[in-house]
Amino acid sequence: MKLALVGTSHKLAPVEVRERVALDGPAASALAHELGAEGFEAVCLSTCNRTELYVVAPDGDDAREAASGALARLADGDLGSHLYRLTDEAAALHLFRVAAGLDSMVPGEGEILGQVRAAYEGGACGPVLDKLFRGALHAGRKARTETAIGESPASVSAAAAALAQQVFGELDGRRVLIVGAGEVGELAARNLVSRGAEIAFVANRTPDRAAALAARLGSEPLPLERLEDELADADVVVSSTSAPGFVITRKQVEVGIGRRRGAPLFLIDLAVPRDVEPSVADLEGCFLYDIDDLEAVVAESLAGRRREAERAETIVAAEAVGFRDWLASLDLVPAITSLREHAEAIRTAELAKAEGRLGGLSESERRTVESLTSQIVNKLLHAPIVRAKEAAAREGVGYADALRHLFGLDEDGRDAHPRRLSGQ
Amino acid sequence: MAELLFWPAVLAYSEAAVAYAGNVRYPALGRLATWGVRIGWLVQTALLGWQAIRADGFPWDTWAGSLNLFVWLVVGGYLVWGCKPRYRLLGLTVMPFAAILLLASYVGGGTSTAGTHHLSTAFLVLHVGLVLAAFAALTLAAALGGLYLWEERALKLRRPGLLRLRAPSLLTLETLGLRTVAVALPLLTLGMIAGFVHGASLDPQIVVTLLVWALYAAFLVVRPRGRRAAYLQLAGFLLVLTAPLGLLATHLS
Repeated sequence: MKLALVGTSHKLAPVEVRERVALDGPAASALAHELGAEGFEAVCLSTCNRTELYVVAPDGDDAREAASGALARLADGDLGSHLYRLTDEAAALHLFRVAAGLDSMVPGEGEILGQVRAAYEGGACGPVLDKLFRGALHAGRKARTETAIGESPASVSAAAAALAQQVFGELDGRRVLIVGAGEVGELAARNLVSRGAEIAFVANRTPDRAAALAARLGSEPLPLERLEDELADADVVVSSTSAPGFVITRKQVEVGIGRRRGAPLFLIDLAVPRDVEPSVADLEGCFLYDIDDLEAVVAESLAGRRREAERAETIVAAEAVGFRDWLASLDLVPAITSLREHAEAIRTAELAKAEGRLGGLSESERRTVESLTSQIVNKLLHAPIVRAKEAAAREGVGYADALRHLFGLDEDGRDAHPRRLSGQ
Repeated sequence: MAELLFWPAVLAYSEAAVAYAGNVRYPALGRLATWGVRIGWLVQTALLGWQAIRADGFPWDTWAGSLNLFVWLVVGGYLVWGCKPRYRLLGLTVMPFAAILLLASYVGGGTSTAGTHHLSTAFLVLHVGLVLAAFAALTLAAALGGLYLWEERALKLRRPGLLRLRAPSLLTLETLGLRTVAVALPLLTLGMIAGFVHGASLDPQIVVTLLVWALYAAFLVVRPRGRRAAYLQLAGFLLVLTAPLGLLATHLS
């Protein structure tokens, strides 16, 4: 069986090319099943950064042509140099890297693993793609658990939420006060909510906008004048107004924290010019991060992810080698089956020939002879089969033909075991 | 035999300390550190077992012997939750300290089975055991306090690499420190009662222990938060450190 991958991604193609072949989940699944109906194993992985077709067929050229043809039909023309074409181990390694987030714009991003799973579940998988995609999901999870590639935040809002967690631990039930009703603040708020925090109030100079955002976030609007009162109860404050001066002053925070009995207060200032008076950071129990601080955290985090990516590469490479070995041994399966059948036929025929001489044996003695001859055959075949598998894994194809040639096996043995497609 | 167990224990603790330091930059070293702690503690357990079997009476009645037992209790306490990846930074504060104190105990003869041992009554064994367990817990509380101060400063200074270090959150450290003190104080109280029941006199060590008790009792009553709690935990630890000196003074007098 041969595995072929044909695809395009953000590394080779600009968005105007990628959008020509972009598919949503059902369409990607339909394309895979279209190829499945033609007798191929096929999976289509389509995200905003890539569209890739994984196709398996007995012949590598057939697999490549089927994948290239499907993508050309999709793009309504040849994508030429925007496409990459990989086979067998290289294709497996590519998918494992994709699943681990090593081929993503932000190394280690977590969304891709779910997208690979969705593509696998929607695909027309047979034994090869089943093994390949299970391996990819395993490699992706392993890279994330054994390295820190996916741990650090990759955006300003994620960095703000992660820092809040560094102060409070779990954010479940932590009260967040949003100051300003802009998009930036909303993004940060949603990130905090996704980690369990609760948006208590949205304060804004324009009450209507505060009410609208509060409704979207399931909280309440708050007049800016009452900000000081709520500082005593909030755990996290996110400020992102377009006000020219400070919206939250040191004096206001001092009053607020006076009633907090030592509980920490985390302030995130996403505004330019800044909303929070910088000297607030000097107050005990107050932690203040502005946009530059958060961007520095993201830069450091991305550098850390790139360092971790080197370790993750080693992990996925080892997993890809495991898949290559399995794929190589798969080529041998029909030959090994033929060899066993051939040996069994010889054993049965020879026993039949000796029937006259064995006629006097009791039932028990006959079973002993049966067992003895079976054991001899199995022991004789064991070493060549094991070594052929090892050599096939090490050196690739050719050992199936060698077995057939050496033992004079039926050349059509391969066809005696047709592929099974899932769902068939 | 004691030597054969002592050196591997020190070696394992030292390895853990070095690996914890390396873990800051190379997270993969964290596991090596954890195994160093586990193996070292098991070997030290065997050492203490060997001492208990061979000694005539309570083998840790000297200041050096107490130090040996104290290190074992500290590392044992750390093992309860310290092996989680999030607490590896705490190992950096505990393990070098454990290795050095164990070496000091060796220099003072606290890891051998030789010598005359006096403490054989149940009350005195209980007294020493409970007080040392309490001191070990307070040492861990101080380590938590130290880590809190370091992390709080890193957050205040907005160090970009802080998240990479995978440290416990500030509130976790604060809560854990408070709980550790809450466990240590009853142990210390019971240990002191056992000592008084046996008729202990007001020697320098008892005075130090009373001061430690008073400080932590106040801590639990007032329940300070944040930086103040951490400073108090560290101050209490300085008093704990003077306790072996008190014991030494008692023995010399």
